[in-house]
Amino acid sequence: MPVVQAKSISCPNCGGPVQLRGFGHTLSVVCPQCQTALDTSTPEVKILEIFQSKRPIAPTIPLGSRGKIGDTQYEVIGFQIREADSGDDTYSWNEYLLFNPYKGFRYLTEYNGHWNFVLVETALPSPASARGRAAWRYKDKIFAAFDSMTASTVYVVGEFPWRVRTGESVACQDFVAPPAMLSSESTNGEITWSRAEYMTGSQVWQAFNLSGSPPLAYGVFANEPSPYGQSVGSSWSTWLWLNVALAGMIFLFMIISKGSVAFSDHYTYSQGLKPDSAFVTAPFQLAGRKSNVELSIHTDLDNNWAFFSCALINDQTGQAFDFAREVSYYHDSDGSEGSRSNSVIIPSVPSGQYYLRIEPEMEYGSPYVRYDLEVRRNVLNWGFFAITALLLLIPPAFMTFRRISFEAARWRESDYAPKSSGGDDN
Amino acid sequence: MSSVAANCPSCGAPVKFLWSSAVQTTCEFCHSILVRTDVDLKKVGEVADLPADASPIQIGTEGAYQNKSFVVVGRIIYEYEQGGWNEWHIVFNDGTSGWLADAQLEYDLSWATKSPTPLPGPDQISQGQTFQWNGKAFAVTSRTHAHYKGVQGELPFEYWDKSDLMFADLRTTTSDFGTIDYSENPPLLFLGRAVEFDELHLKNLREFEGWN
Repeated sequence: MPVVQAKSISCPNCGGPVQLRGFGHTLSVVCPQCQTALDTSTPEVKILEIFQSKRPIAPTIPLGSRGKIGDTQYEVIGFQIREADSGDDTYSWNEYLLFNPYKGFRYLTEYNGHWNFVLVETALPSPASARGRAAWRYKDKIFAAFDSMTASTVYVVGEFPWRVRTGESVACQDFVAPPAMLSSESTNGEITWSRAEYMTGSQVWQAFNLSGSPPLAYGVFANEPSPYGQSVGSSWSTWLWLNVALAGMIFLFMIISKGSVAFSDHYTYSQGLKPDSAFVTAPFQLAGRKSNVELSIHTDLDNNWAFFSCALINDQTGQAFDFAREVSYYHDSDGSEGSRSNSVIIPSVPSGQYYLRIEPEMEYGSPYVRYDLEVRRNVLNWGFFAITALLLLIPPAFMTFRRISFEAARWRESDYAPKSSGGDDN
Repeated sequence: MSSVAANCPSCGAPVKFLWSSAVQTTCEFCHSILVRTDVDLKKVGEVADLPADASPIQIGTEGAYQNKSFVVVGRIIYEYEQGGWNEWHIVFNDGTSGWLADAQLEYDLSWATKSPTPLPGPDQISQGQTFQWNGKAFAVTSRTHAHYKGVQGELPFEYWDKSDLMFADLRTTTSDFGTIDYSENPPLLFLGRAVEFDELHLKNLREFEGWN
């Protein structure tokens, strides 16, 4: 059999050339010059309808463009603008008819810069439920009810394998399982199911090798995949691994950074021996790079308190780090309160020769207190790890918040949007 | 594949049979519809010129489905309100035959099946009605009134004078396909599957200008 020839006809209304790209499948074509719908199902081309009121609209992807989606090349042979009335608002979207002489017909839809590649399905979905609402199960995916509307064709150009009529309306319902969407269209009791796969404008531009840039996408579309869908999960697992690493670091620091004792001594304080209790210790060396220093005070207090005003003083420069600690320990038959020890970490102490100036105080009439002072260089700073752990929480928490906002934006466009207070009823 | 040769009783041209069980064929030269009797070929009618259609399948197209190869030996062309479709008669390498429907490039394979349950009459069947066959729920998805537009090649029955027809198509959740054909009484049942073009591994297809 010879090669099936592509055909071109003259429009019986305006005489202009009308190309037929769909071979024998084209039942009707709308002349791109004069907007007349022609019946091409018989060799004598008949006029179906003249859309004189319509100004020609050039589809963004021109008729005759070819693009590869998946492994298949398709040609754009028809274009229509469809309008939906969902009760309280109307909006319109563009629908391109794609054709391959072996694989058949597909659709490419565009709304506010969001694209979908659509094919008619031959299997039936089975009823299910999701989010507490009607849903359909199709090929192991649950599609949740999104919206329903009445759609009608308001503009049409190019070829179709059916007889085009503007104004004819069909009842549509959309069910989503991003990035897929299942849609039903019913006419005269016959239901057609189609499945859409979300595409970005740049994917479409690349597929059809179009120049310029695709129209910007506004808002969140019904089946637009969440950009945070994958990353939220992975950001939490990253968080988990970072925490494991942090715990490892703490463990490592506990081993290698027990701190080195720079000074330690025993003292006894009792009131009244001297009017001024302050004294200075023997000098000691703080070696190494600028680092922290921990001073711990261990006492033998028993149902009593003591207060220590302290200063760590550089012997050479006179630079002083002042601080104070109270130690109190009380206990009875009900339990105990406080501790016999206390400590303080002084950050960023340069190396050098230091001494301590200590001034203990106790309540008047208290007995003496025995205490040990210990100065450690380079101790583990738990506060640093606590802050790190909190900082690590920021990215996954932020991603989770973004995902929740994205899903909220998706469902705001659906029939199941939470009702805003003081709406249109007022 | 056996190839039985005979001559057209109308024009004398050689008529070849690709399928030994064919009951009817058409003469590709004079378009006579020929029915095989025990002794010879009898002309029972004539087909009008075949409508220019755009199915990629033609007589002689070969394919394979589930590791069984087949060849296209004939077809019935139907026309209805929304266009037309082809029922390609295909013969498998084990001698059995089935049908490959091409309706606007949507493909369904089916085989004549003895109905497991009594079939409702043409006026009793309705949209959405379901039948439990082979453990699956077949739901009626469309009722189509059509008429025959032409025949070509070898068919398993005499099929040239039936004009007004009614079909009910059925589908399942697992891509099964069924058709109840009301051209006979009791009606005939065909069961099979909706198939993707690539699943059929077709060869010797028609070529389309600008698509190679």
